[in-house]
Amino acid sequence: MKKLNYRLVIFLLATLFGIAFTIPSFIGKQPRVNLGLDLQGGMYLVLGVKTDEAIKNQIKTIASTIKYISQKKELFIDNLKIHGDKITFELIDKDDMKKMDEELKNIKGIKVQKQVKNGSVYYTISLTPQEIQRTKENAVKIAVQTIRSRLDAFGLAEPSVTRQGKDKIVVELPGIKTQKEKENVKKLISTAAHLELYLVDEEHRATTPAEAKKYGDILLPDKNNPKRMWLLKTPPVLDGSMITDATVGFTQKTNQPAIFFTLNSQGAQIFGDVTGKNVGKRLAIVVDNKVYSAPTIQERIGGGSGQITVGSPEEAHVLAIALRSGSLPAPVVLLEQRSVGASLGADSIRQSMIALISGFVIVVIFMAWYYGLAGIIADIALVTNLFLIIAIMAIFGATLTLPGMAGIVLTVGMAVDANVIINERIRELIRAGKPIKAAIEGGYKNAMSAILDANITTLIAAIALFAYGTGTIKGFAITMAIGILASMLTAILGTHGIWEYLLASGKKITPKHFGMKA
Amino acid sequence: MELFSQNKVYDFMSKRNLFVSISLILIFLSLFSIFTKGFNWGIDFRGGIEIQVRFDKPVPISEVRKLISKEFKGANITTFGSPNEILIRLNVDQVSGDVQKSLGAEVKKLLSPLGNVDIRRVDIVGAKVGNELKEKGLKALVFAIVGILIYVAVRFEWRFAVASVLALMHDTIISLGAVSFFHIEVNLDVLAAVLTLMGYSLNDTIVVFDRIREQVRESSIRDLATLINDAISKTLSRTVLTSLTTFFVVLTLYLFGGEIIKPFSFTLLVGIIVGTYSSIFIASPLLIWLGFRIDDYRKRLMEIEKRKREKEKMRKMYEGGVV
Repeated sequence: MKKLNYRLVIFLLATLFGIAFTIPSFIGKQPRVNLGLDLQGGMYLVLGVKTDEAIKNQIKTIASTIKYISQKKELFIDNLKIHGDKITFELIDKDDMKKMDEELKNIKGIKVQKQVKNGSVYYTISLTPQEIQRTKENAVKIAVQTIRSRLDAFGLAEPSVTRQGKDKIVVELPGIKTQKEKENVKKLISTAAHLELYLVDEEHRATTPAEAKKYGDILLPDKNNPKRMWLLKTPPVLDGSMITDATVGFTQKTNQPAIFFTLNSQGAQIFGDVTGKNVGKRLAIVVDNKVYSAPTIQERIGGGSGQITVGSPEEAHVLAIALRSGSLPAPVVLLEQRSVGASLGADSIRQSMIALISGFVIVVIFMAWYYGLAGIIADIALVTNLFLIIAIMAIFGATLTLPGMAGIVLTVGMAVDANVIINERIRELIRAGKPIKAAIEGGYKNAMSAILDANITTLIAAIALFAYGTGTIKGFAITMAIGILASMLTAILGTHGIWEYLLASGKKITPKHFGMKA
Repeated sequence: MELFSQNKVYDFMSKRNLFVSISLILIFLSLFSIFTKGFNWGIDFRGGIEIQVRFDKPVPISEVRKLISKEFKGANITTFGSPNEILIRLNVDQVSGDVQKSLGAEVKKLLSPLGNVDIRRVDIVGAKVGNELKEKGLKALVFAIVGILIYVAVRFEWRFAVASVLALMHDTIISLGAVSFFHIEVNLDVLAAVLTLMGYSLNDTIVVFDRIREQVRESSIRDLATLINDAISKTLSRTVLTSLTTFFVVLTLYLFGGEIIKPFSFTLLVGIIVGTYSSIFIASPLLIWLGFRIDDYRKRLMEIEKRKREKEKMRKMYEGGVV
């Protein structure tokens, strides 16, 4: 047992660890190295979240709430209007001011300004800066979750949805390859699924937005006939944040594809109240600013469920997933799209594998030829190094990209450096007439500071890349950092351990074993 | 097998003016190319649309151009690696939002008269994204340089830090100059390559500096130029060996790694050559010009050594229970 030394033991353990965690990657089991989109084909999207829209939606929701509570508490208000990011309204009886203030206090995140004039109170409501900040932040967070759950519901393998920077979302979809799949996924992601219910204004006529505004209304186009415009009373009576479920089915009478939605208790109450009060009038169902239908209210609808008729079953499917997983609090825009076809992915793998293997073989043969036994020992360390990189990447679930592969090729080249430095030092000491054992010990000792300093500086560069890089660059930086650490373990500890073992087992080592003339 | 005669000390320092002149000319030419020719910014930075298609047989590029220009005016069309493979470049605003959504299908339809066509890659990148990347890339560079300066200054001395960073900039500028001169497309991978070559060039320089530091501590040479010659000669076989092996690995990547990785591997190839040259001929002369003094540094190293020994002694006494 005396022959074993701690360096060799650590190296053997590292080798076992490396091999054990490399195998799953080759037989397709977990944990394994994920291949980047450039290597296997798929789709990469960068989405920008329009956080300003989230603020507008928030304002709209607050306006709806004010309208609802004022009706419920019989506080008479007039001229409830939205101007950009402000809500204004008039409280007709100033004696109700205290009651109104009390109600407004229950709405979080708003700033209330008042002005008393001619017996009525003029209110201006805006969001506090903290609330604006929070709303924007939330919009991105919810968008990430929503897109993730939509993709999950769509049944995609390993989609990755991550936030990037302040208002961007990166979606990676390996395996999405056909044009049709791409279209569906893009629709699924970018559908805001913002459901709103508006009362149709049947008393007025308006053809321009300005005219509509005069009555406190908006004009929205019909889904099936974009030329047809609907005049709708603002604010909406209900918005989609109150939806708890949405399923696809067919309407009883006409057998058209439809989405059946269910509202939460608050939504159900509002829905019941509004439909009860407006029997005989039309209620417009609006999704993403398009009027899907505007049925006449036959009776009070209790129980909090409704339906939206849709053109085709596929459309119903996508919209139902979108509604069920929640609406996007703010619309997203596609900033960047990359899609790699399956054929390019396969080619990249093949070509970089050729490069990786041939580069590796050249180095391995060269080392053995130049340094003899010392070169072969260095080669063993190199192979272990390669296993370790793959194993660690697999465990961290890192993604291997084309530049990442280049990173591996490069670290293999750099790992050779440590071995070269050590072996050159050993040769030097042998030349100086030291006995082999002392030369080996001295060689490692002398080489250490150069190897450490050189590797740490490279590591600093890798960290800089990781900190500021995105996507591919980050992948490259990770591979590089792992490669450097692994090469230090194998090249310094590993090879040293093997020499110690050989020395302890009494094998005669001569300068020839270092590729020198005897 | 041995590369260099081991006991010979090559006189690099006597020709330092020559080498530095060569470097200055190269740097001047690089800057000239960078400022007059500029860079061939890739889609990552410029924004735009890139579609790579492959036909099952070689097709005349003029035909492709004719078909594509039916729908997209002012498209830039080139072959990509082989005559089967074609790269189509468009500006984002050349294509309406609706068409963007189904761009791949659209192009496939347009090109179908020429034979079986396979859409290999579709990249749509907004210019806004590109600007952010430029900014981030610059930050990464600054962060790396500052980090390296601090590390080397602490581990060696400030002149080593300045010399290594100057050598680094020398390598980076010349490599970027080559990228500009040969009209290599600058994409994210090239940025990664530039940062890698910085790490690599530093690696080389540090190994030589480490030897200089060791010689200051251990040898009796008093003349700086002689000492540097000695240190470089002693590390020469290592420098050349490592550079050669790395060079071959990157060369295989350049030759067999496929068209997409060419800009990356080209940048690295140049970087390795320049990095090796600078660590031998440029980094060390800089020490001389920066006014490096052997005696001062030796004194400092001795002091550090003394302090280390005292600490060790104290620890031993402490552990032995004497104090």
